[in-house]
Amino acid sequence: MNINATLIGQFIAFAVFVWFCMKYVWPPLMAAIEERQKKIADGLAASERAEKDLELAQAKATEQLKEAKAQAAEIIEQAKKRASQLVDEETQRGHAEREKIIAQGYAEIDAERNRAKEELRKQVAALAVTGAERILQREINAEAQADIVEKLVAEL
Amino acid sequence: MASEYTTSEYIKHHLTNASMCTTENGIAFNKACADAGFWQWHVDTLAWSIGLGLLFLFIFKRVASKATTGVPGKMQAFVELVVDFVNDNVVSTFHGKSALIAPLALTIFVWVLLMNLMDLVPVDLLPSIAGLIGQYGFGMDPHDVYMKAVPTTDLNLTFALALGVFVLIIFYSIKMKGIGGFTKELTMQPFGHPIFIPVNFILETVTLLARPLSLALRLFGNLYASELIFILIATIGYFQLPLHFAWAVFHILVLPLQAFIFMMLTIVYLSLASEDH
Repeated sequence: MNINATLIGQFIAFAVFVWFCMKYVWPPLMAAIEERQKKIADGLAASERAEKDLELAQAKATEQLKEAKAQAAEIIEQAKKRASQLVDEETQRGHAEREKIIAQGYAEIDAERNRAKEELRKQVAALAVTGAERILQREINAEAQADIVEKLVAEL
Repeated sequence: MASEYTTSEYIKHHLTNASMCTTENGIAFNKACADAGFWQWHVDTLAWSIGLGLLFLFIFKRVASKATTGVPGKMQAFVELVVDFVNDNVVSTFHGKSALIAPLALTIFVWVLLMNLMDLVPVDLLPSIAGLIGQYGFGMDPHDVYMKAVPTTDLNLTFALALGVFVLIIFYSIKMKGIGGFTKELTMQPFGHPIFIPVNFILETVTLLARPLSLALRLFGNLYASELIFILIATIGYFQLPLHFAWAVFHILVLPLQAFIFMMLTIVYLSLASEDH
């Protein structure tokens, strides 16, 4: 229990241990701990940032989706409009075509009828002349009596 | 308990350090050193404390040099836990920048804790082994072979630690306040008048000296007492087993606590020394 030279030895040992700890043990351990703390802090910050980014991206995506839907609706609307317009136009054109074709038909029928009339007239005239010849029993100069025939024909 | 001892001899044997000294006949041990006075060495205290200190430094150095900033291994996690614990205490108590305080606190805490933990080694184990080695290796009487395995029950060790802290208290006082400031602190407090300089000086010197003295005596007293109780329990026969167990469980609390107190007070004293009042 007495104080002796051990005190000196222990003091030196203590000093050396503290020196060694200060020089070779504490700094690398502290550096590692602080480095890791920084890493973790960075990681947390990064994850927070990513979360915010994700939120932003989601909002943006929703926005774009909405926009796209609106655009699609508009396009569909336009297409419908255009289709009905086309149908209308086609219907009108069809009508016009029909009218034209019908008118043409009428015109052709008219022309045919006139021609037939003319033929008939000629034949009737010829018949009339023949008939008159027979009745009169005489030769009638067809050409000399052409004016009478003409008159008759006009009366038909 | 060896049967050929009387109880008081047994206790005395277990509480005596193995000492070494040089006489005219060369190196001598134990009883031959009774007259050596100051110049004798407690070889058991020195060996155990330095061994445990080297163990601490070896483990921590190995972890430190392999320390990764990524996912730490179990050993590194444990060491970092200790380092972080010490660092938290230092940061919250010592307001200032110092590269010395934290490693000092770590060294004190772990080293003192390891030495304290020697208290949990069964009291007869190491003295008996030492006795057998002395008896059969060197032909000595085992009664003359001493082995006090808990270094913190040796006043020389606790005073050496306290002396180190005391030197640092003086060093920090002078470094932070200058010799003038330190002298003024010793002489002009608590009574700020030149008449009171002698009174102030006596009071402040007592305050200054009380710090390392209380550090050393607190650690020594606690550990010496607990070791003494362990030895006393060892003398009562078979009832010692539950008692030993209970006392050892209690010391799971006491031993780290004493190491912690020593570390904490060191930080507090150095913090006081480096602050201007």
